[in-house]
Amino acid sequence: MYLPLKLPQNPEQRPGYMPVLLPMKSHAAPVGVGTMVQSFLSTKMGLFVLAAFLISLGAASYAQAASGAQLGTIALLWKWTPLLAKGFGFNVLISILSMAIGTVLGVCLGILQVSPNGIIRRVAWLVTQFFRNSPWLVLLFYCILLIPFEIEVFGTTIPFPGWLKAVIGLSLPVMAYMSEYMRGAIQSLPSGQWESADSLGFSRGQTMRMVILPQTVKRLLPPWMNLYAVLTMATPLVSIVGVDEIMSFARAALASENRVDLLIPMYLYVLCWFFIYCFPISGLTRRLENRFAVKS
Amino acid sequence: MSWSEDKPIVSIKDVKKSFGSLEVLKGVSIDIMKGEVICIIGPSGSGKSTLIRCINALNDIQGGSITVEGREVHDEELDKLELRKKVGMVFQQYNLFPHKTALQNVMMAPLKVLKEPKADVEKRARALIKKVRLEGKENSYPGELSGGQQQRVAIARSLAMRPDVMLFDEVTAALDPETVKEVLVTIKDLAAEGMTCILVTHEMGFAREVADHIYFTDKGVIVEHGAPEEFFDKASDPRTKEFLSQVL
Ligand SMILES: Nc1ncnc2c1ncn2[C@@H]1O[C@H](COP(=O)(O)OP(=O)(O)OP(=O)(O)O)[C@@H](O)[C@H]1O
Ligand SMILES: [Mg+2]
Repeated sequence: MYLPLKLPQNPEQRPGYMPVLLPMKSHAAPVGVGTMVQSFLSTKMGLFVLAAFLISLGAASYAQAASGAQLGTIALLWKWTPLLAKGFGFNVLISILSMAIGTVLGVCLGILQVSPNGIIRRVAWLVTQFFRNSPWLVLLFYCILLIPFEIEVFGTTIPFPGWLKAVIGLSLPVMAYMSEYMRGAIQSLPSGQWESADSLGFSRGQTMRMVILPQTVKRLLPPWMNLYAVLTMATPLVSIVGVDEIMSFARAALASENRVDLLIPMYLYVLCWFFIYCFPISGLTRRLENRFAVKS
Repeated sequence: MSWSEDKPIVSIKDVKKSFGSLEVLKGVSIDIMKGEVICIIGPSGSGKSTLIRCINALNDIQGGSITVEGREVHDEELDKLELRKKVGMVFQQYNLFPHKTALQNVMMAPLKVLKEPKADVEKRARALIKKVRLEGKENSYPGELSGGQQQRVAIARSLAMRPDVMLFDEVTAALDPETVKEVLVTIKDLAAEGMTCILVTHEMGFAREVADHIYFTDKGVIVEHGAPEEFFDKASDPRTKEFLSQVL
């Protein structure tokens, strides 16, 4: 039996697992990283968190440099940065694909949740509730196990690598949340919108497309962006089912350096990547929420 | 059955309507001739809105019949779109589409429902906006207009479908006293042009001025009706008298 599920193995038992990685040439860069990071953040809060991180790193690195010959923590992190960046690129890619699929499915499911047909409505509701109340990790395992590694369509074989299955696994909860947001947004519009469109001769589908959906966009945008940030922060889950991303690369880096003192700075560094990516999104979400709240 | 102008354009016969066990209309009959303006008045909860909504099938009925230009409205076979083209409706809460400008609101139904050419529709829409005295507000969004202005856009939007009958359900009830007048003037213009209008209103002075016929409803039945002068001055039913003494 083909078992696609790869439980995380100890990377030390997998020599040759690491791609060839040349350490960065310049070691003078930490300052550069600092300024680059700063330009991403606009609020005091972000700067405060970042400063705390840099201070703790600096302190660790100073202690190390004082102790002797080994490379300092910052230098080590810098050395692994290209690999971690590549890993984070996978996280971003997985999050964007899952979000796209989940959004499209969720919008459709949400519309079905307000269908005039009672059976369709109930089925859509059940599907939504099922996926909304399932742990994301369990959904991921199910997708990895249940989706075949390749699918035959009209004689051509379409491969289904693990990362694609993971994308589908993560898109399911996104779909469920979107479906609920969509239903809520549709039902929050006054019934007069339906009635006036009806009395002007619009069909139900036309009313949905031209009158209702355009008005839901404004209401959906903040929770949608929030959901994206939550999804991005959940992407490290895919490392548990054997898909490469920043966490699995971080573990690999730690294994190859074999330095206990690097553990905490490394994971802090990984946190930093997520923070820098997600913090501006939540800031923007708050701004949009405030703006819409004032307007309507 | 063919319809001709000597027969009622809207004929309501013994209509019964219930919401669950609550009987809201208990056999209402009204005939309206083409070009007539009728006002329906009565206490809150007497079923005025329900009646007017039954005329364009926003509500279904449990008994009786309603015909518009000879066609039964509550007929399974009815082409809803045919009815929508004949009957326009204006609501108390305007119900404009907030994401569209005034002009787009007026243009939308003729463009998307009747599928008429855009140039024609736009010309007509601009003329209608002028007619409701809102020149210069074509590109304003509903949120940027006053209640009275929004209601006039809503009237223009209904007229853009070229209806034969207009239904108005307490269209001034949500407005400030100062803006009520501008909407009433618009409706008066329409009536003067020969539009068949069915109005639910609490504006007694206006009803007296524009209506050809007044119907007083209470608890789902028509208690009394007549031409404005005899209705307001010679009401005989005690319920009508009591209502009039409260509102006049
Ligand atoms: N969709 C509905 N479901 C259940 N009951 C309803 C519904 N619509 C109206 N009713 C009831 O029907 C009765 C008549 O309502 P209707 O809106 O026709 O009164 P109205 O004469 O227009 O009153 P108002 O002057 O307050 O607008 C009321 O008792 C109301 O509670
Ligand atoms: Mg009413």
